[in-house]
Amino acid sequence: MSLTRYTNAGHTIDSIRAGLFAKEFSAEEFTRQALAHAEAENPKTNAYLTFAPERALNAARSVDAKIAKGEDPGPLAGVPIAVKDVIVTRGLKTTCGSKLLANYIPPYDATAVIRLEQAGGVILGKTNCDEFAMGSSNENSAFGPVRNPVALDRVPGGSSGGSAAVVAQGTAVLSLGSDTGGSIRQPASFCGINGVTPTYGRVSRYGLTAFASSLDHIGPFARTVRDAARLLQVIAGRDEMDATSAFAPVPDYTAPNGDVRGMKIGVPREYFDGLASETGDRIMAAVDTLKKLGCEVRDIQLPHTPYAVACYYIIATAEASANLARYDGVRYTARSSKAQTLSEMYRLSRDEGFGDECKRRIMLGTYVLSHGYYDAYYLKAQKVRTLIARDFERAFEQVDAIVAPVSPFPAFKIGEKVNDPAAMYLADIYTVTGSLAGIPCMSVPCGRTPEGLPVGMQILTKHFNETAMFRIAEAYEKASTN
Amino acid sequence: MKIGEADIRRVAELANLALTEEEVARMARDMDGILQHIDKLSELDTSGVEPMAQVLYDAEETATLREDRERAPLSNADAVANAAVTSGGYYKVPRVIER
Repeated sequence: MSLTRYTNAGHTIDSIRAGLFAKEFSAEEFTRQALAHAEAENPKTNAYLTFAPERALNAARSVDAKIAKGEDPGPLAGVPIAVKDVIVTRGLKTTCGSKLLANYIPPYDATAVIRLEQAGGVILGKTNCDEFAMGSSNENSAFGPVRNPVALDRVPGGSSGGSAAVVAQGTAVLSLGSDTGGSIRQPASFCGINGVTPTYGRVSRYGLTAFASSLDHIGPFARTVRDAARLLQVIAGRDEMDATSAFAPVPDYTAPNGDVRGMKIGVPREYFDGLASETGDRIMAAVDTLKKLGCEVRDIQLPHTPYAVACYYIIATAEASANLARYDGVRYTARSSKAQTLSEMYRLSRDEGFGDECKRRIMLGTYVLSHGYYDAYYLKAQKVRTLIARDFERAFEQVDAIVAPVSPFPAFKIGEKVNDPAAMYLADIYTVTGSLAGIPCMSVPCGRTPEGLPVGMQILTKHFNETAMFRIAEAYEKASTN
Repeated sequence: MKIGEADIRRVAELANLALTEEEVARMARDMDGILQHIDKLSELDTSGVEPMAQVLYDAEETATLREDRERAPLSNADAVANAAVTSGGYYKVPRVIER
């Protein structure tokens, strides 16, 4: 295989495994080429912030050694994987997209990182993202925006924009992102790939830099549903380092099962009011496909949807204001050179270090938690969260899954929406509902707009029913690519 | 207006952010827009609704208690490696108490 012909774009977990076992290439050769390809292509998108050649080649050599000894090299053997830069990697710079952490070298690995490397996965590098995962366009990164590989003048979505872009661009086969209110699903939809937000607690958050702890998830990106399921299989499961990680046994997500006949799919009509037709049309066409595959489609109601964005932005910013208090100029971060007193050290270091969006969210979160406003905002939002979670519980008494849009519009131009933060928040309406309820949800590619921009369809199921979500996604994927 | 520049300065104080004058004005405008939308929640009657702080699942009460066993902690060198200013294995900050 020559370097000039090399591309990750056609590769899957299976094709790499087959190549390794047929001795078409070694994991080390494959990794060298994947790195060279990714480094050459990266200037187009700015999706990788850091490459990890030494770590990647060590991982690859250990895969080769296992194969040589006749041992099982693991379910992700030799697969090039990128990791969002809010997930810590021991000895490998982890910036969170922030100037504050521009030189931060974590002393430990996130559990998800440990698990994917134990499974033979090869981490090529760390991906760009909105600062501390706050944003929907990747324009809030201190290291410049990521460009969408599908249309380079457009955003890839956010906050996991880099992780979505590398998989869409073919500079990684898989990647890890994080999702608090849509940060995996929305960029997956903008870039035309699969992105999974598992059940809250399904994947350990240990080593995921905290944004809003009751809403944060780690999840996979992949070009095929099967590969996304396989990556989730590896990273899912109880971890004693995260007390909120779930005990529920992890079922086999990877068993082939494309039969969706008789499954009941709910379509929440309130999600389609005011949706641009180019997006709505694609999703309704996908619903028709599911009908043809034998699903029974029903209208359902999620009546508290209009309150979800307000509820989300109170809870997420309140938690963020507490979580981001640790960046104080002492432990993790650069300290302002102007600071003379302790108080100035805190204030100036934080003001110099955080970007506008982080400051806005810290301020909003501090405000809603402050004396006299706690009951009216924070406590109220927690009660509304209960109502939103109940909407889903009632819906899942009638249906096996819900199909919905991911974003009201496809990828927009870089710079187009930066001056109206409130409008940007409102666009999170279809993703924050599932996040608040903690249910599994994923974005599956469902065609393109007349302009050629990808549209994603969201599939949501009950807590811990990722199996049903993947089954529907895979059946749709198969039907739409045939 | 839901929030004015004086409120912004008070909240910035609580959040330990030293905002510039220009940032205060911009923040007041942005937060006002967001708070206008957030006020929508007051339309809902939530009396008798339990607040939801966390997504919870059924598990044994003792489930999250792990076995008590010895393991190596983060080393001192690792713990202070990313700090801005250190001295003798400690974090160093500006003088807090005047003699």
